[in-house]
Amino acid sequence: MSLKNWLYALSAAASLTLPAVHGAQAQEESIYVPLFTYRTGPFAGSGTPIANGMHDYLTLLNERDGGIGGVKLIVEECETGYDTKKGLECYESVKPKKPVIVNPWSTGITLPLIPKAAVDKIPVLSMAYGLSASAKGDTFPWIFNPPATYWDGFTQILQYIATQEGGGIDKLKGKKIGYIYLDASFGREPLPLIEQLSKELGFEAKLYPVAAADMQNQSSQWLSVRRDKPDYMILYGWGALNATAVKEAVKTNYPMEKFISIWWPSEDDAKGAGDGAKGFKTLNWHAVGADFPLLADIQKHVVDAGKSQVSGKDKVGQVLYNRGIYNSMLIAEAIRKAQEITGKKAVTGEDVRRGLEGLNIDEARLKEIGLEGFTGAVKLSCADHNGHFSTFVQSWNGTTYEKVSDYIAPMSDKVGPLLDADAKAYAEKNAPWPARAEACDAS
Amino acid sequence: MLYNIFIDPFVQMVQMPDLLVQTLWEGLVSGVLYALIALGFVLIFKASGVFNFAQGIMVVFSALTLVGFYEKFSAAGFSGHTAAFVALILTAGVMFVLAMLVERVVLRPLVNQPDIILFMATFGVTYVLIGFGEMVFGGDPKQMIASELFLPSGSVDVEMLGGLVSFQKIDIAAAVIASVMIVGLALFFQKTRIGRALRAVADSHKAALSVGISLNQIWVIVWFAAGLVALVTGIMWGARSDVSFALEIVALKALPVLVLGGLTSVPGAIVGGLIIGIGEKLGEFYWGPLLGGGIESWFAYAIALLFLLYRPQGLFGDKIIERI
Repeated sequence: MSLKNWLYALSAAASLTLPAVHGAQAQEESIYVPLFTYRTGPFAGSGTPIANGMHDYLTLLNERDGGIGGVKLIVEECETGYDTKKGLECYESVKPKKPVIVNPWSTGITLPLIPKAAVDKIPVLSMAYGLSASAKGDTFPWIFNPPATYWDGFTQILQYIATQEGGGIDKLKGKKIGYIYLDASFGREPLPLIEQLSKELGFEAKLYPVAAADMQNQSSQWLSVRRDKPDYMILYGWGALNATAVKEAVKTNYPMEKFISIWWPSEDDAKGAGDGAKGFKTLNWHAVGADFPLLADIQKHVVDAGKSQVSGKDKVGQVLYNRGIYNSMLIAEAIRKAQEITGKKAVTGEDVRRGLEGLNIDEARLKEIGLEGFTGAVKLSCADHNGHFSTFVQSWNGTTYEKVSDYIAPMSDKVGPLLDADAKAYAEKNAPWPARAEACDAS
Repeated sequence: MLYNIFIDPFVQMVQMPDLLVQTLWEGLVSGVLYALIALGFVLIFKASGVFNFAQGIMVVFSALTLVGFYEKFSAAGFSGHTAAFVALILTAGVMFVLAMLVERVVLRPLVNQPDIILFMATFGVTYVLIGFGEMVFGGDPKQMIASELFLPSGSVDVEMLGGLVSFQKIDIAAAVIASVMIVGLALFFQKTRIGRALRAVADSHKAALSVGISLNQIWVIVWFAAGLVALVTGIMWGARSDVSFALEIVALKALPVLVLGGLTSVPGAIVGGLIIGIGEKLGEFYWGPLLGGGIESWFAYAIALLFLLYRPQGLFGDKIIERI
């Protein structure tokens, strides 16, 4: 080889190697956190505030604290449009960048990621959505769904209904309970539980599925509600489905105090129906409003600094914005815990999985974060990736949601065995499902 | 099972006639609105032979523009109604500009290209409008300014047939406005010079050009008319739910109407809309529970296909007989 060719070869090698070295250094100094979001499409109404909350919290950590444990977070959004295919494309596109965690923000996207997570060593955080049975850490070591499953939520609503009927769960006997839901993976998730509990508790379940194409055209479902006259209505909706359901309920003169939703409706969903929506209820597990030191910091370091995508300052503190805050709090605390367990600064997906299993956000830690009184303590374990925490009922007063119940624990005696059976059935159906090989850190 | 399919629904209709009337009313309102959406497709197809894939996003875009303008004007201190009507006029102006842009940038350069190319171009228009709309208005759902536009709220409850039938005032307004619009457009295209020119263009571009009809002008007029139809559709559906990108899906409801009524027939769009609207509501309400509910979205296509089985040329299409 001539000298000239040697020089070419050397310079080419250098040009290939230097960025790699630089990349390795960058990787050493940063933690990659992709956020699957949907600011576009039919579900953007729900997706946008959550995306803003998630992003703003992580941006705050970068801006105020220089990241977590001195390591900057690389936060990158991937737009899924709440479309499973696009979500999977997002997953494949972020995978080579070694994400430490993935938040699918769609039950439909979560389900196909369940078998992939263990192979790719990327923990999946499906916060209060996804497969309920993935709470079983022994079967699903890479999937986490705190603080409550859709099945927990359903039993919490049932207990609230029983309280409204003036007694224990036996008061549900003979009642007619309507279930209106998005006819997709998310809405169908509690159907096995409903079937089981309706037999055990003696209530009649009436199902009203709404196809995504008919989210804004629910008059048939609500005519059926009018015919069937259910004593209570339970809503598992998303995006425009929620706003339309509330409007249709008002239009049908359905008593709003008997219309209770899982935790997803926003202020906008209720506001559109006017005064008639007063009394509409949803579950929640965290506060609404911006009166917390952490949110004040977000306002100062992120929103006022022009680093947020919120369309107005009043959006900070709204229910779904705060849901995004909660989600990022779990991410950040899992990373912190992973750093603590491993002693490393730039942790990996495997480390963060351990961090999630060791997650223990107690009242003192919430105060340190600046979220004292925002939510209850969160503690996960190797066996329990959900926690099955209590939620409360909040009611729309025409302006905001107000807490109107005490914390309600899920009916673990009913849900627990069903989750066990479902996890077992999942493993059998997807045989050979790998037995848990991941060691459990003492928490 | 046979009893549940063939007897029980009719027993229910007799036993609860008030609910039958309510179902028919809901179907009628949906049907008129479907007809309105279908009309947007038909107008453009008649004039340019293009299935306008962008009609759905035009509904979203016009509604968002209206609310966006309204927010700006009310922030500037205009009163609610003034701001709303100024916003309405400006939105109509935006739809006109959009029509001109589509004609200049999309249609004119593609004259004489195969129809499929023009169809694909409307995909392009769709995604440009989605992107532009999201950039300008964001993804947050917005409330339609129904009361500011003097659209009524509340309901008229009528005791009849042993029960209470509730007619929502916004639905009555939607049915009336959509009907007026449909009749107005039908008259415009049947009785005016422009309408005759449109029909000439629909029959043959070359023949229309040979008698001095400006193809470009007709396309602008038709896309503007489709834009106005989209605006009215956006207002009405937005008032029933909210104004968000989810409205785009509503346009899909027009597809079975087009299957049934044909892409070229204005009366087909109207009657097809009513048949689909009423048919799907009756289907979901009386037969839906037998199939687990949620059948509305495909039941509409089943109705359309059933009709086509007996009338393959569509509701108002002529039987095409070709000698070979």
